[in-house]
Amino acid sequence: MAQDPTDRRVVVTGPPRRTRRLNGYRPRTEIDEQTTLGHTYVRSLIRSQLRAALTVFGVLVLLVGPLPLVFTSMNDSTNLEWLVLGFCVYPPLVLLARWYVRRADRNERDFVRLVEDR
Amino acid sequence: MNENYAVPAVALVVVATVFVGAFGLRISRTTSDFYVASRTVGPRLNAAAISGEYLSAASFLGIAGLVLVQGPDMLWYPVGYTAGYLVLLLFVAAPLRRSGAYTLPDFAEARLASQSVRRLAGAFVVGVGWLYLLPQLQGAGLTLNVLTGAPKSLGGIIVAVVVVATVAAGGMRSITFVQAFQYWLKLTALLVPALFLVLAWQGDGSPRNAFDEPATFREHRVVRVDSGLDLKLAAPLNVTATGTVDGERYEDEKVRLSEGVHRIEQGTRLGFTKGDHVPVADRGSNGGMSTSLAEGREDRPLYATYGLILATFLGTMGLPHVVVRFYTSPNGVAARRTTVVVLGLIGAFYLLPPVYGALGRLYAPELTLTGDADAAVLLLPDRVIGGLGGDLLGALVAGGAFAAFLSTASGLTMAVAGVLTQDVLPARGVRHFRLGTVLSMIVPLMASVVVGGLPVADAVGLAFAVSASSFCPLLVLGIWWRRLTPPGAAAGMLVGGGSALLAVAATMAGFPGTGPLHALLAWPALWSVPLGFLTMVLVSLATPGLVPAGTAAILARFHLPEQVSGGQVRTAVSAKEAKEVDA
Repeated sequence: MAQDPTDRRVVVTGPPRRTRRLNGYRPRTEIDEQTTLGHTYVRSLIRSQLRAALTVFGVLVLLVGPLPLVFTSMNDSTNLEWLVLGFCVYPPLVLLARWYVRRADRNERDFVRLVEDR
Repeated sequence: MNENYAVPAVALVVVATVFVGAFGLRISRTTSDFYVASRTVGPRLNAAAISGEYLSAASFLGIAGLVLVQGPDMLWYPVGYTAGYLVLLLFVAAPLRRSGAYTLPDFAEARLASQSVRRLAGAFVVGVGWLYLLPQLQGAGLTLNVLTGAPKSLGGIIVAVVVVATVAAGGMRSITFVQAFQYWLKLTALLVPALFLVLAWQGDGSPRNAFDEPATFREHRVVRVDSGLDLKLAAPLNVTATGTVDGERYEDEKVRLSEGVHRIEQGTRLGFTKGDHVPVADRGSNGGMSTSLAEGREDRPLYATYGLILATFLGTMGLPHVVVRFYTSPNGVAARRTTVVVLGLIGAFYLLPPVYGALGRLYAPELTLTGDADAAVLLLPDRVIGGLGGDLLGALVAGGAFAAFLSTASGLTMAVAGVLTQDVLPARGVRHFRLGTVLSMIVPLMASVVVGGLPVADAVGLAFAVSASSFCPLLVLGIWWRRLTPPGAAAGMLVGGGSALLAVAATMAGFPGTGPLHALLAWPALWSVPLGFLTMVLVSLATPGLVPAGTAAILARFHLPEQVSGGQVRTAVSAKEAKEVDA
């Protein structure tokens, strides 16, 4: 990185947080200035968010996808269909949403902590 | 149905809508106020507004009618409408808010820096918006027709006038209040009568045969067939007929109909006795909201179910009135929280229409024959409870139905008018926005008057299928894939959305009557969505040199929390840096 070796000596003596600030080096600067390193930070965030989204989407597909097959394969599925489609699918949808939001928010908080160096 | 109570209820809803809209007008001043309520709407208010906007005529009347006519398979509609919001939350909600654009075409332009993609997206917004406005106006016409016998176009005209007035006067800010108010109105209007209906059902000894297949008559009932239809009988049936059956005149005579298909002419009265199975009418012969694409469904039920699931799950994110709402959240985190609240609100609402559908099968099974199954929600209170209580509850439902037409129609008008103002009319600003509002409503209004009996569920299904195959690829790839190019986006939208449009247009025109090809065209989402995605990806990969220069910075803005990006718009980045990221 763009750091002078002489500056590094000063770093060792001081508390790490403060010296870095004095140096003016924070990952956030990398992002603001859109360097390759900054892009790597951003990409890691996008990846973790995409992973969270795909995980929940996968659960949704596994949950809902087989239902029409199950209904067709059963002889008398009418009552089950009323019960499942009329009521039982809705709570899992809301729970999945809450789970995703918690994970996405946590990803972002972790990211902010990383780049703000807190 | 007693119009003495229903008409004042509808009038009250209309007046309240105008009043709440006027309240918004007093604090709606700038252009930004107009479009996105200056981005200050908190999650709770915004979630109620989104839900109020989303629960349309198809939800309020259509689902109960569909369930009544076609049984529990149709419950996939509300499930899909709800799950669509979960998919929207996963892939679109927060980045869309952070993109900082006003409308879907704005998003396309910001992401791809291309005027032609912007215009194409605008054309699809206007197309999908008009397709979706049509059933709202027709539903309003049907409701007023059932309540008062007024001509079928009158309800649509009333809705059009009120919506244009509120939207043009106050824009999005006033609409936010109106929509939030209308969500609670709609929930109350279905919930309270549903409670009384269930109590009446229990008082009736809780008959279980609501879930029986097929539905049966519980008492002697005379059905008047409003429009001619073909009756399919699985077993011989004795009826009392007055009118024309299979080309023969009868005058209050007992007729034994053998197994097979029988032609019943318009105006015929059929008397059924207790315990008779309710015969199945061949769909497509009447023009109600519940007619749907039933024939395709019978040919390929499994394929059709999956087509429906895909269209609704992925189509929600591209509906123009849904997307524009996310711009009103203060930040990306709030946009996400809002979506969770929305899921809870619309999920709670969708527990109710199936109740009406089930009770309708029990108490008003003949609606399957009269072609007015969409009116089941409106007619049930009178049918089951009766008397003054039934009239009052019926009036409440009618008011709620009108709230449904008004709220969805205003959201759609808002979105379409936004596109027209920005991309079609010569100048922006509030005055041209008002002109755009009028324009965006007048076309579907003319269409609803001219087309008249277009099957409404088809129009809604078409809107979802087209949106799922055009906007869903654009949004998902635009937000998560850095190699998307303008030619790729344009080709994907054209091929995916265009083919879905053509397929359903062909079905509506009655092109291949039956068979596998018919099912493929009637439920296009299953092939048109992958086609849209595939085209977008392949054309983008074939034009790697055309990746817009600022892509990396824009994706960063979509995904970075506001406290890091500072919420600023940063687009200037050299082409060299963009290449580094691709490498």
